[in-house]
Amino acid sequence: MSLPKIEVRIPTILRPYTNNQKIVSVEALTLADLVSELEKNYSGLGERLLENGELRRFINIYINDEDVRFIGSLTATLQAGDSVTILPAVAGGC
Amino acid sequence: MTKYESLEDSLGHTPLIGLAKLSPKVGNDNPPVRLWAKLEDRNPTGSIKDRTAIAMINDGEKTGKLKPGATILEPTSGNTGISLAMVAKVRGYKLICVMPENTSVERTQILEMWGAKIIYSPAAGGSNEAVRVAKELAEKNPDWVFLYQYGNPANTMAHYTGTGPEIFEDLPTITHFVAGLGTTGTLMGAGRYLREKNPEISIIAAEPRYGEVVYGLRNLDAGFIPELYDASLITRRFSVGAEDSVRRVKQLLEIEGIFAGISTGAILHAALAIAKECVDAGTGADIVFIVCDAGWKYLSTGVYGNDGDPEVLDDQLWA
Repeated sequence: MSLPKIEVRIPTILRPYTNNQKIVSVEALTLADLVSELEKNYSGLGERLLENGELRRFINIYINDEDVRFIGSLTATLQAGDSVTILPAVAGGC
Repeated sequence: MTKYESLEDSLGHTPLIGLAKLSPKVGNDNPPVRLWAKLEDRNPTGSIKDRTAIAMINDGEKTGKLKPGATILEPTSGNTGISLAMVAKVRGYKLICVMPENTSVERTQILEMWGAKIIYSPAAGGSNEAVRVAKELAEKNPDWVFLYQYGNPANTMAHYTGTGPEIFEDLPTITHFVAGLGTTGTLMGAGRYLREKNPEISIIAAEPRYGEVVYGLRNLDAGFIPELYDASLITRRFSVGAEDSVRRVKQLLEIEGIFAGISTGAILHAALAIAKECVDAGTGADIVFIVCDAGWKYLSTGVYGNDGDPEVLDDQLWA
């Protein structure tokens, strides 16, 4: 069985790791696998996302616009067609 | 009661409006899924931030932090500054706002109208930069009073004692509360109150997803999480881009006649996603969402027009 193919949006600050690609594609079943795949393909990127095996404090990851911290964090599962967005934590207005 | 001794006294008790047309249709045998809009633009200066500003100033006066004639310093993307400017004007304080340079022109015009001084922070980094610059200024100018909405418990308390109780009193059957995630004061305060009343109520955060400029931090450690934020009070959190926000804000205008600011579109987008889930699950719901402000301050962006392009918001702070 082939793994779901997931599009991952990379923020500007992390693009030096992806040869400046805005969107990269990886195959993974869970967010933890996705991060490992990213590290495998783009050395150093995984380390920017995780710290002691957890998401870094100032990193937010969204699966289809939903913050993964509320849907299982690294254990969140992925399906074909899902879109993953990585963003640094910023202050909001409103 | 509609008679008040002063403009400030008219704070809060904003209308909660049922959205019969925008609420999703459910099958005949299923319970209704209803959307309710809390119109926070009906506050003294036209936004939910009047609650925050008045609470912080009252607290500052009570604790002695704010002395007569003092200068107040605050990082703001607009609304908090506008609210503080009005109260400062009326009560005789000076106000200095640190605001990102990439905000709508109306915000500058309104701030100046009430006599606030504006120090602009760089566009790249958005509000993070405004917070950073304001913190630096606060350190250099210890005589300025730094109210700091992102970390001031009076901000949360304004919603714990105001927004939350008002909603629960009007709609005790509320199942979901959806609000914007900025300082997090609304979600933390109203969310905590509603959870205490009924632990089953879901607290949903909608945060604006800006264009790339705003995320242009110098390094990851320049990220920012408001000191007020407590993730344990939140059930789910959605990130909503400009395109979806503008589409929803136009829908709200066209279908229900409510003219809201762009950030409300992000909140409505999350509320509609929740509504759809409830319809699909066949569960009834009373979903309350916050209308943070009206659309007047954003007309210059042009996004409300028929050919308005959400891409113009790419390099702006629109919430």
